[in-house]
Amino acid sequence: MAATEQPAESAGRWPARLHVVTGKGGTGKTSVAAALALGLAAGGRRTLLVEVEGRQGIAQLFGTDPLPYEERHLTDAPGGGEVRALAVDAEEALLEYLDMFYKLGAAGRALRKLGAIDFATTIAPGLRDVLLTGKVKEATTRTTGQRRAYDAVVLDAPPTGRIGRFLNVTAETARLAKMGPIKTQSEGVSALLRSPMTAVHVVTLLEEMPVQETVDAIAELTKLGFPVGRVIVNGARPPVPADRPVTAAELKRGLAAAGLPTDARTVSGLAAEARDQQVRRELEDSLRADLVELGLPLTELPLLPAGVDRAGLETLAETLVRAD
Amino acid sequence: MPSEDAAPPLDVDQILADPGVRIVVCCGAGGVGKTTTAAALALRAAERHGRRTVVLTIDPARRLAQSLGLTELDNTPRQVKGIDVESSGGQLHAMMLDMKRTFDDVVLQHTDPAKAAEIFANPFYQAMSSTFAGTQEYMAMEKLGQLHARGEWDLIVVDTPPSRSALDFLDAPARLSRFLDGRMLRLLLAPARSGGRSMFSLVTASFGMFSKVVQKVVGAQLLTDLSGFVAALDSMFGGFRQRAEQTYRILQARETAFLLVAAPEPDAVREAAYFAGRLGAERMPLAGLVLNRVHRPAVPDLSAADSLAAAERLAGAGGHERTAEVLRAHATLAEQAAREERVAARFTEAFPAVPAVSVTAQPADVHDVDGLRTIGEAISRH
Repeated sequence: MAATEQPAESAGRWPARLHVVTGKGGTGKTSVAAALALGLAAGGRRTLLVEVEGRQGIAQLFGTDPLPYEERHLTDAPGGGEVRALAVDAEEALLEYLDMFYKLGAAGRALRKLGAIDFATTIAPGLRDVLLTGKVKEATTRTTGQRRAYDAVVLDAPPTGRIGRFLNVTAETARLAKMGPIKTQSEGVSALLRSPMTAVHVVTLLEEMPVQETVDAIAELTKLGFPVGRVIVNGARPPVPADRPVTAAELKRGLAAAGLPTDARTVSGLAAEARDQQVRRELEDSLRADLVELGLPLTELPLLPAGVDRAGLETLAETLVRAD
Repeated sequence: MPSEDAAPPLDVDQILADPGVRIVVCCGAGGVGKTTTAAALALRAAERHGRRTVVLTIDPARRLAQSLGLTELDNTPRQVKGIDVESSGGQLHAMMLDMKRTFDDVVLQHTDPAKAAEIFANPFYQAMSSTFAGTQEYMAMEKLGQLHARGEWDLIVVDTPPSRSALDFLDAPARLSRFLDGRMLRLLLAPARSGGRSMFSLVTASFGMFSKVVQKVVGAQLLTDLSGFVAALDSMFGGFRQRAEQTYRILQARETAFLLVAAPEPDAVREAAYFAGRLGAERMPLAGLVLNRVHRPAVPDLSAADSLAAAERLAGAGGHERTAEVLRAHATLAEQAAREERVAARFTEAFPAVPAVSVTAQPADVHDVDGLRTIGEAISRH
């Protein structure tokens, strides 16, 4: 039964406890993050899927009501696991944080009415990010009794263009806060994000812009000292041994053998589709080669022509946890 | 495409040729080909319609930027050479937005050099001008306002920043000017005074406390820096707000045409629908939807299921491997196309009156003028 086998299996391939999933906009990083949370929960484990940008992407993907700032049951995983979800909100995180240290109570609510909390998280973008990542750190390291609250935490992180700045909280806050709890907090977050407990995974498509951004982001993350985990190619089609284009005559004979129409329109149409495919595949192969050159584990998720529904997510989850 | 059956066709050429249209704003989610669309439209306006056009791009792909001659980020429009404008007499200029530099220019315009130097040195200004959520959106609008005020172009095509949500792009200017102009800043910087005036107000009392808490949490240095920043910017508040409002009015004017750019993916279409609703509420002129990256089988009559079944028959019988491969690929394409139609229909059902055009996915990426021209042709097909 997978329930006993799979945790060990995925643990070897996904050793980190905090998985940060980034990627260019439009590459499907939310789906990949969700599939990873699902895959790592399979077989009786518990994972937390976190979003930080207020997009409610998780709720839209799973067709649920908007997520509150609260850890909630999202879905069961195959083999008796559970995925919980949390939408971190910087304002809520600041209130929670202030309450922990200063017991604000009614005054906190009054401040919020005034817009003061929004103000405080807006004056310094670094402050906002340290609150968001601070909450993620708390969930990752939380224990109840002797047990960790979550076997793994998966963060649907900001896109590649912002990921370096988002994770590099110490540098951003150090410019503004030279001392005090924010500084201490950001140092704690920074230590976790730079430890082997964390892995940053970059999602891409086999298209030029996303691949370029992936290469740039990995260089930036590496320079900043964040552990990069995997490069995940979404919507991939297997490389095709394309030695020569299919000829019209060959196609016509094949169509006849399959009992399909062999009129000129069908034959030339399919031949044109095949040519486009070939151009695309050749480009994909060269982009794939660029990714291989990065020297990181590369995982390819299949293109789901029907879109990412529940069954599709499970397919992606399985592919992820079995990745080489 | 049902999206085209349901929606009136979008005639891009009519918009680009109309001398009454002075600004085209391309907006939509990230990763849908906004920048490429903006560049292709600008090129077409210059080549086909003889207009003196400038395209303002935000973050173009390196090779696309190079093809437009944008090798350096100098925040000034440069004429694009090597395009075909001999017969039309048009011109194409292109520029890349430099967010920080645009902000610096705004500061310089509104204050004297000594004060500007003080502002530039303040860590708050440095943080805000490079990372403030919304600065890029604000500066894109500011730059649009500047280009418009120069009056040197017949047509300005604007690419919008890859905002977290479509809302940011419209809201950022207001948010930033509200922030700079804010009561909150003043309150925060003068807690003692306001506390002294109304001792019994819970709000003011908690505000004084808030200020103390902020001081504890972030350190006194931060408040000192913030105070210095606000004092230095004080003279500019009015200017900021006025400029933001001016740009907002330009966006509402009849000389502006908004084009929504989307790809047939749920997120992108949702964003486009959101934006369409928002533009209506703001009384901003929405010209239509450009649906990029649409997959269209060349043989629409052969269904995915039939194609796949035929491929299996061939595989079972042996031989004809190449044809089986082609049929499997066709099945994937047909299924993808069907799904895309369903996704796109979500927009056209919600906004049946918005004209739309679908652009077929290009087999390879676009990064030269020829490629842009092809895209321009595809967008104008109607």
